[in-house]
Amino acid sequence: MSTIANLTERLEGALGKKRIVSAVEELAQYAVDGVAPGAIVRPQCAEEAAEVVRFASAEKLALIPVGARSKCTIGMPPTRCDIALDMSGMREIAHYDAGDLTLSVDAGMPLRELEGALAERQQFLPLAVPCFESSTVGGVIASGIDSVLRQRYGSARDFLIGAEFVDGKGNLCKSGGRVVKNVTGYDLHKLLIGSLGTIGVITRLNFRTFPLPETYGGHVASFESSERALAFRNAVEASDLPVANLELLSPAMAKITKAILAKEDGPVPGCVEGDSWAVYVSFEGSEKIVQRVARDVERLAHEAGARKDEPLDAGYDSQLGGVLREAFEWLRWAAPVVALFRVVLPRIMAETVAALNHTADSLRGAVLVRACGVTYLSLMGEQQDERTLGAFAKVAKDVFVLAAGKQGHATLLHAPLGLKQQVCVWGATPGDFSMMKKVKQAFDPDGIFAPGRYVGGL
Amino acid sequence: MPVRCECNYSEEMNSGRAAAISSVGGEIRSLLGPENVLSANEDLMLYEFDGSVEKARPELVVFPRTTEDVSSIVRLAARYEVPIVGRGAGTGLSGGALARGGGVMIVFARMNKIIEIDVESRRAVVQAGVVNADITKAVEHAGLYFAPDPSSQKSCTIGGNVAENAGGPHTLAYGVTTNHIAALELVLPDGEVVRVGSNHGDAPGYDLCGLFVGSEGTLALVTEITVKLSPKPESVKTLLAIFDTIEDASQTVVEITAQGITPAACEMLDGWTLRIVEDYIQAGFPRDSAAVLLLEVEGVREAVEAQEAAIGEVCRRCRAREVRRARDDHERELLWKGRKNAFGALGRLAPSNYVLDGVIPRSKLPQALTNILEIGKKYGFHIGNIFHAGDGNLHPIVLYDPRDAQQFKNAVAAAEEIIRYCVELGGALTGEHGVGMEKNELMSLLFSDADFELMRRVHDAFNPDSSLNPGKIFPLSKGCGEIRIRRQTVGARG
Repeated sequence: MSTIANLTERLEGALGKKRIVSAVEELAQYAVDGVAPGAIVRPQCAEEAAEVVRFASAEKLALIPVGARSKCTIGMPPTRCDIALDMSGMREIAHYDAGDLTLSVDAGMPLRELEGALAERQQFLPLAVPCFESSTVGGVIASGIDSVLRQRYGSARDFLIGAEFVDGKGNLCKSGGRVVKNVTGYDLHKLLIGSLGTIGVITRLNFRTFPLPETYGGHVASFESSERALAFRNAVEASDLPVANLELLSPAMAKITKAILAKEDGPVPGCVEGDSWAVYVSFEGSEKIVQRVARDVERLAHEAGARKDEPLDAGYDSQLGGVLREAFEWLRWAAPVVALFRVVLPRIMAETVAALNHTADSLRGAVLVRACGVTYLSLMGEQQDERTLGAFAKVAKDVFVLAAGKQGHATLLHAPLGLKQQVCVWGATPGDFSMMKKVKQAFDPDGIFAPGRYVGGL
Repeated sequence: MPVRCECNYSEEMNSGRAAAISSVGGEIRSLLGPENVLSANEDLMLYEFDGSVEKARPELVVFPRTTEDVSSIVRLAARYEVPIVGRGAGTGLSGGALARGGGVMIVFARMNKIIEIDVESRRAVVQAGVVNADITKAVEHAGLYFAPDPSSQKSCTIGGNVAENAGGPHTLAYGVTTNHIAALELVLPDGEVVRVGSNHGDAPGYDLCGLFVGSEGTLALVTEITVKLSPKPESVKTLLAIFDTIEDASQTVVEITAQGITPAACEMLDGWTLRIVEDYIQAGFPRDSAAVLLLEVEGVREAVEAQEAAIGEVCRRCRAREVRRARDDHERELLWKGRKNAFGALGRLAPSNYVLDGVIPRSKLPQALTNILEIGKKYGFHIGNIFHAGDGNLHPIVLYDPRDAQQFKNAVAAAEEIIRYCVELGGALTGEHGVGMEKNELMSLLFSDADFELMRRVHDAFNPDSSLNPGKIFPLSKGCGEIRIRRQTVGARG
């Protein structure tokens, strides 16, 4: 990598003044895990973004693409960041064929704005993700963050149908297209999902869109034991009812959720308490479908021995669903020091939930069993001292081993910098890491994109 | 577009190549036993075709039974610098499993073991040569099935489905092969065995599974696959909407899509085609109709009823003559038999047929069908249409006689014009059949030099010498040095 001396002048020389920011206070806001860029560039079109990448490539500078910067804490600290490429200026809908249910949108488009545009045609994109109010669509895809609608609509890989991006050589490339079925060429756009900006700068994304459901409904049930709660959760999952979201909250998680609902002046369902396990189920569709699912879910709750349970109407449901969508966001700031694990397991077993909850209890944490085999485990501490970090690091080791032993895997979705210095947030290096290196090398031969943030130090 | 590749490598290879093939053959014989190796010309001829209009003969055909066998074969081929191509059942429609560079063809037919079925987690681990429909047969007792259902599902292999990212009628609601694959075991061109993806849930790191599915055997050979299984729906209804004009039928598809109704399947057969199908199968398509839509709605009872009512309403509004519902499983199976065997029925009319696979935005279906008929007329063909209307995946079929050079030329020209038109409408070259050696020269319609350069770097990262399935996907003019490289090193022609 080259020197960053006179970076701003050199950038201005190459690209002109207007898109470049070098004020120190602004640079600090773009720091990723404490690593601040030497300059910020705000391209207004894909070609400008490509030009910046070509400059970085020629000058051997490290570049991190960013959107709203709401999820920059994911991943390892970058080894270097010379240029922050702020994509939030690119926010047009390039193409929207509502009749075909396909959409092509710039990476910097805020999710909330996009939601409004699609709602005008009674459609939506099933990216119900945390930091919803601030996130850009490009950032959501690059972060790979979980959508709470995954159970019903799949993950981004199931409805991202194409992309345009700048590769490490500064070339504007594309893959896929704007049609819902397409096998023309390699599916390179799938590699961008969750890649944290390490293989390309996403400039545009093509999606299939979905019709907005006619109505929504939900159900919450509380249980005295984790076993019963889990039995209910697993029964709902096995029932193949068209469920949109399914979440199991440990008592501690229910307590935090309740506090947030109360803080937002929203209605607090009686089943979301601090002393019992709670399971939340949401569903959507026509009135008849919602009624049918509600009926079956209620029956399953009773069969599983729910202590209390209550149906949620559409308004109630959206309140609780909205809070749970943001779980990543509020959990990571729930205490001065937080470690948040994402554990993926083939089967959610009672003993695993008990073990994770035991760990959580010992470190003021909480457990949230989500849909699709994903569990969040949070740990909380008061300050970043040796004792706290040591305890977190030990848990990290145990959780990684536990997940691997059950044919699953775990990562740290959020961790204080001190913990990242002790533990790789990505867990053990995956068996196919050599293949990932090849992908990285092909996309970014000079290693200029977000170096060090990704799996295995990529 | 297809250029009839009559080249016969084994006749034209130089002595170095002949010696290499002979050595590789000898070593593989001692490794697998002579019964698992074919090298006689009359045997090799059986493997020079697939379901496409292309032709290319391998120099050796081998039948491994295990991943280790595949790895050993690949190592041997690498040592002697002989190209390799993988093949499942050879039902592909783009020449993906043809030995364009000659060399060793690895046929996965005998790697047909279902290794593990995990009903609770809804996963099955299978060898690459397992037939698509056999996966469902093995799990249906537990109320599960494997969703991707290409028309050839009774013979095509899951390995081939993965290579091509195969689709099928029911992928409209459930997604294509890539949406149902959790993990892959691969053999790289140097013989290394690697696993990508995760049997359960998304593993950290790049979505390598997403890259390898649909890479048409140009990055690695797939030996073992973890598939996701789906639960059988609570209720299924099969509808046949009958139309007096093809415009009304296609407008119905436009409106169903625009209203956000997603049936499990939405297939169209035009009148000309359905009459030929009726002659062959008697599926129950009305001979006097101009087009039918074969629709299937699945899910919980309430959703199925609602969808059926909504579809019925759209059909009536679009002047459907009648909407019939299959009364029982027998009627339902018969309708599907008609759909899935339609290409076979058409095959009775001409010595050869050329099935296209372009995709268009669904909102443009009516104009596309009109234009395709016009293009057919221009070149002297009646082009039949039987296709996945619900996702805009057209399958215009051109019937021709390959012995008539002019007719073949016209068929190819008509096909190219149709594909160009699909691209003009905002579509793509292929929805489920793959690019292979059939559409590779048309890739430039969609991709720029920069796109090709990146795809080439990805290709070379895994298959640096182009020893694996050379001459596919990339236009030979766009940095596809593979066949030329082979010529320099071992003297094969391209």
